Amino acid sequence: MAGTLDFSPDDRYNAFITTCSTAPFSGGALAGIAVAVKDNISTAGIETTCGSRILEGYIPPYDAYVVELLRREGAAIVGKTNMDEFGMGSTTETSAFGPTKNPVDPSRVPGGSSGGSAAAVAAGLVPMALGSDTGGSIRCPAAFCGVVGLKPTYGRVSRYGLIAYASSLEQVGPMARTVEDVSRVMSVIARYDPRDATMFDRPYDHRPSADIGGLRVGIPGEYFGEGVDPRVAKKVRDAIGVIEDLGASTVPVSIPGMRYALAAYYVICTAEASSNIARFDGVRYGPAVDTRKSWHEAYQDIRQEKLGPEVRRRVMLGTFALSAGYAGRYYAKALGARQKIRQDFERAFRDVDVIAGPTMPTVAFPLGERTDPVSMYLSDILTAPANLAGIPAISVPCGRVDGLPVGLQLMGRQFEEERIIDAAYAYEQGVKA
Amino acid sequence: MKTIVGLEIHVQLATATKLFCGCSTDYRDDGPNTHCCPICLGLPGSLPRLNRKAVEYGLLVAKALDMRVLEESDFARKNYFYPDLAKAYQITQSDRPLAVEGTVEIEDDEGHEKIVRITRVHLEEDPGRLVHVAGASKYSLVDYNRSGIPLLEIVTEPDMRSPQEARRFLNKLRTILEYLGVFDGEREGALRVDANISIEGSARVEVKNISSYKGVEKALTFEATRQRNLLRRGQTVARETRHFMEGRGITTSARGKEEAHDYRYFPDPDLGPIRVADRVAAIDLPELPTARKNRFMAQYGISLNHARTLTGDPRLADFYEHVAPADPILAATWAADILLGELNYRNMSIAAVPADRIRELLALLRAETITDAAGVQVLREMLDACAAGRPCEKPADIVKREGLARATGDDFVAIVQAVIASNPQAVEDYRAGKKGALNFIVGQVMKETRGRADPRELGRIVSECIEKGGV
Repeated sequence: MAGTLDFSPDDRYNAFITTCSTAPFSGGALAGIAVAVKDNISTAGIETTCGSRILEGYIPPYDAYVVELLRREGAAIVGKTNMDEFGMGSTTETSAFGPTKNPVDPSRVPGGSSGGSAAAVAAGLVPMALGSDTGGSIRCPAAFCGVVGLKPTYGRVSRYGLIAYASSLEQVGPMARTVEDVSRVMSVIARYDPRDATMFDRPYDHRPSADIGGLRVGIPGEYFGEGVDPRVAKKVRDAIGVIEDLGASTVPVSIPGMRYALAAYYVICTAEASSNIARFDGVRYGPAVDTRKSWHEAYQDIRQEKLGPEVRRRVMLGTFALSAGYAGRYYAKALGARQKIRQDFERAFRDVDVIAGPTMPTVAFPLGERTDPVSMYLSDILTAPANLAGIPAISVPCGRVDGLPVGLQLMGRQFEEERIIDAAYAYEQGVKA
Repeated sequence: MKTIVGLEIHVQLATATKLFCGCSTDYRDDGPNTHCCPICLGLPGSLPRLNRKAVEYGLLVAKALDMRVLEESDFARKNYFYPDLAKAYQITQSDRPLAVEGTVEIEDDEGHEKIVRITRVHLEEDPGRLVHVAGASKYSLVDYNRSGIPLLEIVTEPDMRSPQEARRFLNKLRTILEYLGVFDGEREGALRVDANISIEGSARVEVKNISSYKGVEKALTFEATRQRNLLRRGQTVARETRHFMEGRGITTSARGKEEAHDYRYFPDPDLGPIRVADRVAAIDLPELPTARKNRFMAQYGISLNHARTLTGDPRLADFYEHVAPADPILAATWAADILLGELNYRNMSIAAVPADRIRELLALLRAETITDAAGVQVLREMLDACAAGRPCEKPADIVKREGLARATGDDFVAIVQAVIASNPQAVEDYRAGKKGALNFIVGQVMKETRGRADPRELGRIVSECIEKGGV
């Protein structure tokens, strides 16, 4: 089976930056299925902007490995989804191409940074999409829009072609309306790629099973404490109750390093970003520099003009965190905290198979509400730890508060996506039944 | 006033492909930006993949210089903006280099053996290259063919005491690298040096951007003189970075620009650590220059000078071993004294010389079929043919064609008599006891016979003719 798919969606939520009116596809596991791809994942022949003016007009000459795999299995790549500029945001409002609206309530943010992918799935424009998750960028919008999103283990999915924001934290992952579809996409994209030196040869070949008898579920107190909307916490506890009813047991666990998680996360991601974002200088691709100026002036001007305020803020923060005399106080300390969090999770996973908690501390908030950066950064508190530890985490819808979706987050041991997918699947099926 | 010199040498490793991608390193005869891919262009989303061969080459060097290979080393990003730097950071090694603490043995200025300590060696990628268009152009072009070429940076302790020592160190290092087969010194720009130089007790100056062996000695000599003159005049030497202007042979101040850099090194999250220390023991080093030099003296009975010259370039040494067996001493003289001079004159590489033909030439010389002078003529004809890309004739054929076969003295009596007849003054002088006059006459005869005669034999015939009063 092979052909082309016509795609002309009613994109009223601004989920897409680019759509492909006819998308070719071939035979395979995903033959003819429309898949949307976040706009920081390289697609040969299709403009890839990262939601930034500085990459406007950039058409990659090559496919990211995940896109190559999708195409090989027959998926029709129908468009590139909106995102916070370079992934730097939790609302999709920092996109240079305007914010995406939450299909559940268009006055609310869809979450971010993969807000376009979540909205496209939630609005029914596509059944599946790829996002990327650096500190929660798949799980946050999945939770806010009421879809399923998986952040894989660091090193299980190739980053080749994913335009880097924070290399040591991020992974490409699937988003869909059901756990089963997330699992289907995962089994296509989780294939070893020797071009990504941080990869492990741990392919994912799994069909979700609702049999979770004997599963030990860890409940970390830190995920239900201060800053978490009690109504959200209650929905999540109810969901965990459903999982218990299906044969799992719960065990209280503790991640004491959580108190450093957000600070460590923001130092590491901004430090890496300051280096990763530096190559956008207008010399090789994207809008060209003004060659009449001296090169350093031209660089300064084009970066000032084309990079948005949040990107410039994080680049400056990261530059500071790595600079002589401060690197020891910030970057080195953050690495230490990261190590501690990793150990906390390892310790917890000696007693439990998965760890459960809310994905986000609140439900989706109104567009334009979180204007000060710190309050936006705080919303990553429950998602960033999994990125610091490199472990897999999934968000699955678990009811609504004030009509807005709540996400249940399940985290697992490294390379144990199968377990959290089964737990999420069991919950999803259990609720349906 | 003692001069103190330390060097940082960047050598391009002669791998077939670049350090982090599959692009060919053999770009010098091709157009700009023809050896590039998403990785070495730093396209968004591309990731580096370490070239195993480059690490092996690095380990070979580490073992040859008797270094300690770190149990775990890693790559770091050196962040700075420049149009030739595709990712705006260079992947290099910082706190944890491949290997540390080595030695190289050289001769000091008094001819004694001395040790130059090697601080560290590390792997890094070469940036691209800016091309400034000739004329009044208001822009520069960037060529990324060089981007990602593997470099080995070799850092010495400040152990050299003169520009000449620095040059000898570099020659020795280059020879070792060539013996290891990890470096091709004939590739343009394959070696670049930053030199630190100070007069004991004064500030240290870094001279950047030296791109030839001769340049290093020239730059350091200029800089040592400049610093001494400052001190003699009672001034102080500023701690600074200076650039070497190869064309003018001087250094100029970089005016503190370089010092302002904060490279914000941090471990490259795209590359894992390198753990290769356990591989070192299994590495078989080839015979290195010092060992080969000693073997040449013992095995072939040649002089220290000849052995040193012949082992100074592995290709020359291989060449010598190919032509030596029949008469090692004759071969050494011809290879080290005559052939090298002719090659330098033609700016030719030893690689272009057909060793079998030279072996035939040496056989003719050894059999006294031709004289040394005729041998040089034959050699020149052969080299000219090779340099022009023409097939190289057999030396015996050249001898036949040109009539260069050694003749016996009797064949020359007529020529000798004619020369004597046309140089009465010289004959007079000779009779008056001036020995030089005989050499003059012999020279004239040699010219007439185009070197086919043995000069000693000619001398005898000339004096006999004069004494016999044959005129």
